[in-house]
Amino acid sequence: MHQFLLYSFSGLSTSAIYAIAAAGLVLTYTTTGTFNFAHGATGMVAAFAYWQMRFGWHWPAPVALLVVLLVLAPAFGALVEIGIMRRLGGTPETTRLVVTISLLVALLGGALWIWDPNKPYPVRFLYQGHNIALLGVHVAWNDVITLMVAAAVAIGLRLFLYRARIGVAMRAAVDDRSLTSLTGARPDRASMLAWAIGASLAALSGVLIAPTLQLSALPLTLLIVNAYAAAMIGRLRSLPLTFVGALILGMTNEYVPDYLKQWHVGGLYLQGMFLSIPIIVLFVVLLVIPNPRLRGHTTARVREVVPMPLRSGAMVFGVAVIAGAAMVASVVGKADLATLGTVFGIGMVGLSMVPLIGFAGQISLCQLTFAGIGAVCMAHAGTGGDPLGLVVAIVVTGLVGALIALPALRLSGIYLALATAAFAVIMDNWIFAFPAFKVFGHSFDIFQTGSLTIPRVKFFEGQRANVEVMAIGFVLCAWVVIAVRRSNFGSRLLALKDSPAACATLGLNITTTKLAVFTLSAAMAGFGGALYGGSLQVASSQQFQLTAGLPILLVVVIAGIGTVGGGLAAGIIYGSPILGNFFPHLLELPTVIFGTAGIGMARTPNGFILEFKERWEPVWKRPAFAVGIFAALGLVFAARAAHLITNWPYAIASLLVLAVGPLVATARRQQPAPQSVPLEWVGITRPFSADDLVALDAGVGLPRLDRRAPA
Amino acid sequence: MPLLDVRDVTVRFGGQVALTGVSVEAGEGRITGLIGPNGAGKTTLFNVITGLQAPDRGRVLLGEDDITGLPPYKRARRGVARTFQRLELFGLLTVRENLAVAADIRRGWSRRSGRTDDEPPSDTAERLIMEIGLVDVADVRADALPTGQARLVELGRALATRPRLLLLDEPASGQDEHETARFADLLRRLAAAGIGILLVEHDMALVMDVCATIHVLDFGTILASGTPAEIRADQSVLAAYLGTGAKR
Repeated sequence: MHQFLLYSFSGLSTSAIYAIAAAGLVLTYTTTGTFNFAHGATGMVAAFAYWQMRFGWHWPAPVALLVVLLVLAPAFGALVEIGIMRRLGGTPETTRLVVTISLLVALLGGALWIWDPNKPYPVRFLYQGHNIALLGVHVAWNDVITLMVAAAVAIGLRLFLYRARIGVAMRAAVDDRSLTSLTGARPDRASMLAWAIGASLAALSGVLIAPTLQLSALPLTLLIVNAYAAAMIGRLRSLPLTFVGALILGMTNEYVPDYLKQWHVGGLYLQGMFLSIPIIVLFVVLLVIPNPRLRGHTTARVREVVPMPLRSGAMVFGVAVIAGAAMVASVVGKADLATLGTVFGIGMVGLSMVPLIGFAGQISLCQLTFAGIGAVCMAHAGTGGDPLGLVVAIVVTGLVGALIALPALRLSGIYLALATAAFAVIMDNWIFAFPAFKVFGHSFDIFQTGSLTIPRVKFFEGQRANVEVMAIGFVLCAWVVIAVRRSNFGSRLLALKDSPAACATLGLNITTTKLAVFTLSAAMAGFGGALYGGSLQVASSQQFQLTAGLPILLVVVIAGIGTVGGGLAAGIIYGSPILGNFFPHLLELPTVIFGTAGIGMARTPNGFILEFKERWEPVWKRPAFAVGIFAALGLVFAARAAHLITNWPYAIASLLVLAVGPLVATARRQQPAPQSVPLEWVGITRPFSADDLVALDAGVGLPRLDRRAPA
Repeated sequence: MPLLDVRDVTVRFGGQVALTGVSVEAGEGRITGLIGPNGAGKTTLFNVITGLQAPDRGRVLLGEDDITGLPPYKRARRGVARTFQRLELFGLLTVRENLAVAADIRRGWSRRSGRTDDEPPSDTAERLIMEIGLVDVADVRADALPTGQARLVELGRALATRPRLLLLDEPASGQDEHETARFADLLRRLAAAGIGILLVEHDMALVMDVCATIHVLDFGTILASGTPAEIRADQSVLAAYLGTGAKR
């Protein structure tokens, strides 16, 4: 009984922290309709900020607390709303989701950059070490304080939402934003406040949770992510249910490991599971929440483009990639050869996202996990470089993909993203850390010792041959993606993304269609992972974990999730240490850059590749300009290679050439004839011009006015 | 036996009752009208018939079969097709691709059920483009179409599945007089080809012109059913919907 009480008090304290974090998440979601993936990261950064003030700069604790919770966090939340979220109205759910994931990645990268992860950051609370006797049990003062804070948050939120004018407006904004603004309330202000309070609550949970573990960016973020399960039990709507969810979550998290350990159940095999209990709860909750109705069309303000590649284009792309890889491989040194393999490995993982996310609109955050499974398959079935390992990788990851997809199929949007993220975390914490076990005499070792030796396909064992194999593997995947886009199946996927409801009423079995694309993309990631693992030769489970996969998704989306170029861009930008080589002391810079670039998604929702293509079209039409631009780039590169200039001038000069070149070409080229648009659309897709007015007049049979005459 | 027989359907959204004991029939080769003010429950009834909304009570029969428990795609495979009041076109695809993808989906399931049907989807799309009159916009992306034409594409897409029963949700809104007249002809031709049509429409002239039977829905209940002449003369319908003294 004594032990039970001990576990209970500890569980209650955890529950309280989860409740605070989850309440912030729910508040933001209900008021603005945006699920903030960066909620956990916000809390993590707040905890670090608190450490900095309290222990770095030795501020008094109350001052540091006040500054973090009541100034910095709300200001950050409000800034995010004004600067980013407000501009995302009318964009597809994918975009909004990717933007908050970008924020998460940027915050993580920023924290690792500012606070060196190799140094310890001990946080001590005011009453650390002080206990109080309750029901015969010694309870830490911290736990009691945490509980009281959670209670205060619950009461405060309740009063605020039902009594305060702006609180009522926030609840109204949930139901109908435009209607709310008609009643004189200001939904923008309500959203801003919701983000501010949400960030503040995230910060509060971060500061409360910090003393329980060494301050460390990633674990701290994931710890707060655990609270998402509580929010999901509240179905992202109900605060009381969210508090109940937090209670269930905190208690399970405490009782299950404590009692299982005490009874010696499962031994080492369950060790990893204890870490993932909240995530397992999240996964289960997602699978059992009532089936959402089939979604119809969402009116998007930004027009999405998923280009239709030509067969000839696919051939040229493939040949160019393979030839380019061979050329680069023949000149670079040994260290860079390994990097080149990684470029294509990451590229294949990026490609696997294109059919699933780009075509079908199903967000999966566990593609890199599938790649990890592929690598493990290769390690076991491809002993000695047996190509059979690749086949096994494809089959096994395809099956696992289907298995994960089956229960997750009825989910979409944010729910699917969360379910796949939960799967990735469960794999990271539990399965990948599994101790070796024997089945039918074969010893299965996953990443038990932290790393795994993965063979390369035989006949191709040299570094250069490996690069070629990787390039060919990448091109094969790219061709599969292009073939899908060009097929009837591809059209069905695009249709599915636009309107699942319409697809169903045409007789399309949505479940099998989603299952097919999920399986395909999992298998592709597994194939890529098997090759990628071989290219790395020794891989660790960290290389396949959720947070390593998120930046890949970001780069693919930023480059163009609807194109094979997006996959290649992911490989080049994320897989190769270009930025790191040039700016060695800014190791976390790329991560921060991806994060920040992703935040700018609202402006170019179709990715920079398409934008780039459009902008460069005039250049290709005048070969002299193209040659000139490349010559200029070559010159700049030569200057850098000869150490005539340093990195910053090099980067700035290259960017200048790339930015100015197309502008000059466009200016020198005649304006093309305006495209004919239906009369109803004139002035909607672009501003009115004088010619439009003439055309409109002619269209409705009015006499032509002299435009030069004053109105 | 009617082609479609909706019996005593009730739908609640929380405390709100959207449909109360609604019964509606639609016959093969006939156009049946479903009229009523906005919010009367017409679209909800369509959702119940196509399986997008489960009824709290009541049954939906297609011919002899009870299809109440079937998911939407299985109903479509039995010959139920619809258009949407709030357009549900595949905006990323062109008009031609919209029709072709529907024909391709149909070919997929009709082959599996053993029916032989060898018109390639692209031919079906071409045929429908000619029939409905979408030649000018065949290669325009569906999300760039004006409403009137977009509704025609929705009709074409539904027809590409070769339905027995066609549910049209305000297909003529956004059309001008000339287009509406052509549209009325098209509906008659479809009915003559044996398709049962259930038509939701606010254009009373069109409804009275083409429909053999009309059901009037108001606040989730059937107010009246009958021929156009009977509906025109019905006092409760005049009071609730058409308005007294209105001559349309």
